[in-house]
Amino acid sequence: MIAYIFRRLLYAIPTVFGVMLITFILFFVWGSRETMAKAQLGQRARPTEVRNWLHEHGYDKPLIINAAWADSTYHHAEQPWWDSIFIQQIKNFTVFELGESDFNREPIGEKIRSGMIPSLLITAPAMFVGLFLAVALALVQVFYRASALDTGMTVACAVLMSIVPMAYIISAQNLMAVTLKWFPAFGFDLQGWGTIRFLMLPVTVMGVIYLGSDVRLYRSIFLEEIAQDYIRTAQAKGVNARGVLFKHVLKNGAISLITLVVAHLPLLIMGSLLIENFFGIPGLGGLVVNALQKQDFAIVRAAVFIGSLLYLFGLLLTDICYAVADPRIRLS
Amino acid sequence: MSLLEIRNLAIHFHTENGVVEAVKGISFNLEKGETLAIVGESGSGKSVTGLALTRLLPEPAARYVSGEILLDGRDVLKMKGDELRKLRGKRIAYVFQEPSTSLNPVFTIRSQIAEALKLHRPDVKDLDAEIIKCLDLVGITNPAQRLHDYPHQLSGGMQQRVMIAMALACQPDLLVADEPTTALDVTIQAQIMDQFRELRSKLHMAVILITHNFGIISNFADKVAVMFRGKIVEYGPTAEVLRNPQHAYTKALIQCIPRLGARQHRLVTIDHAALEAAS
Repeated sequence: MIAYIFRRLLYAIPTVFGVMLITFILFFVWGSRETMAKAQLGQRARPTEVRNWLHEHGYDKPLIINAAWADSTYHHAEQPWWDSIFIQQIKNFTVFELGESDFNREPIGEKIRSGMIPSLLITAPAMFVGLFLAVALALVQVFYRASALDTGMTVACAVLMSIVPMAYIISAQNLMAVTLKWFPAFGFDLQGWGTIRFLMLPVTVMGVIYLGSDVRLYRSIFLEEIAQDYIRTAQAKGVNARGVLFKHVLKNGAISLITLVVAHLPLLIMGSLLIENFFGIPGLGGLVVNALQKQDFAIVRAAVFIGSLLYLFGLLLTDICYAVADPRIRLS
Repeated sequence: MSLLEIRNLAIHFHTENGVVEAVKGISFNLEKGETLAIVGESGSGKSVTGLALTRLLPEPAARYVSGEILLDGRDVLKMKGDELRKLRGKRIAYVFQEPSTSLNPVFTIRSQIAEALKLHRPDVKDLDAEIIKCLDLVGITNPAQRLHDYPHQLSGGMQQRVMIAMALACQPDLLVADEPTTALDVTIQAQIMDQFRELRSKLHMAVILITHNFGIISNFADKVAVMFRGKIVEYGPTAEVLRNPQHAYTKALIQCIPRLGARQHRLVTIDHAALEAAS
């Protein structure tokens, strides 16, 4: 198992390198550095201003390798051949030096660290409560399958799925914050237990947005299990409906659930763009949206890098969970 | 009183494409320790009959339209959930066709057999010892080492032996074996049938063998019921039915058995249209 994990981590290295390469091509080869500078300085910036800005941010180096290192007439000649944007970026990302913002030169690492906590405070409870609730409701539907209750719940799920997320956000803010004044409609403050006040509304809304489709999906997973031969064997042994559902169906269904859920666990750190923006939560989702609006590509690049690392970690976690849940899979 | 008596049993399935009459009023009975073979082709209603004995068919799609299933004189069709569950596994146990899908892939053999024991024989103190005894009974070598194996670690023949061990663990009065050897290769088939024969006499239990294979019943079953299109078309002592079949379908089925050393000829097929017209 440990050898397997180690091997998987080694496999991750070329993948991360690939991500860095593609990000680099998108931002520096496809997009131009002058555009980046003008996004910050304004379209009417003078060429000297642009040059200075590029120099300050280290964007005036050669792209891939410093081909001039052997040529003494070029002003970059005193620099070694690896003094290029690409190699510099890889070097920095490898040691998690995420650089500074293009917009106001604030350190990006600091921003990401402080954004992680509000993001997790929203996404983690929404995800776990949502998962628990969706599995429970799906099991209820499977237990009472082909009854009026099952049909009614299916219709309710379809309704939940059909409403645009925006409608949930606005109506929740209107009802709970404006009319009832139970929770603040907007804003966030880390203040111990008092933080919960700010979390209730976004967490609930996020849970409700995904509930309908999740219940539908889990129901079909469990229904597929209940049609299996070994379920009939269990019934023929005299196991009651509860035992069949919670022991035989749930354990086998869990294998399918793992695929859907575990890979996304680490991504919870990245937060939810929509929820954070509309509820004024200073999380990572909001950070990325803001960076995109301000064309602050240094932050976007760092977020892409962190996001892909987290996703790879999620895939590894998925495989480990498989081995635990399914005896047919043994990692060696 | 017979152990099992089926009177005029009819079962319909309500599907999206209309009503399917799977079993159309069949009757038979079974004494203690007796073996009945139910023979017929796919879709003849033989498996449905077997599952109906403990009401394992998916309700409400399956409906018991008429008839009685009397076990020791009590009607299974009138039983409530709890009573039914005490019947399943305890008095009537099943061995199904495909052992690789009939065993739950994520639980060990021990836990699957223990589940039945805990339900029906709570007095058993040493579960491991009892499970080892069951596995030994069905001819699994080194049963103690097999306890914590998962089904996929066993061969098909071994898996079917585990299924049989699980069915026998609660010492049922009636074992329903639904095509128990169809998924196995020929040499393993013979071994499993020998195993059934030995266990039947050792444990004095009645057996219902559901099969499409006339070849394996001749020296196994006391009597045979031939099913065709949801009806029993022929019913009697095995030797008599084999020697002197009355119904055209039975004759055709017997002709279909390939014989070693017989003169070469085309395999006989069954003309359904003609049979349909005749019956």
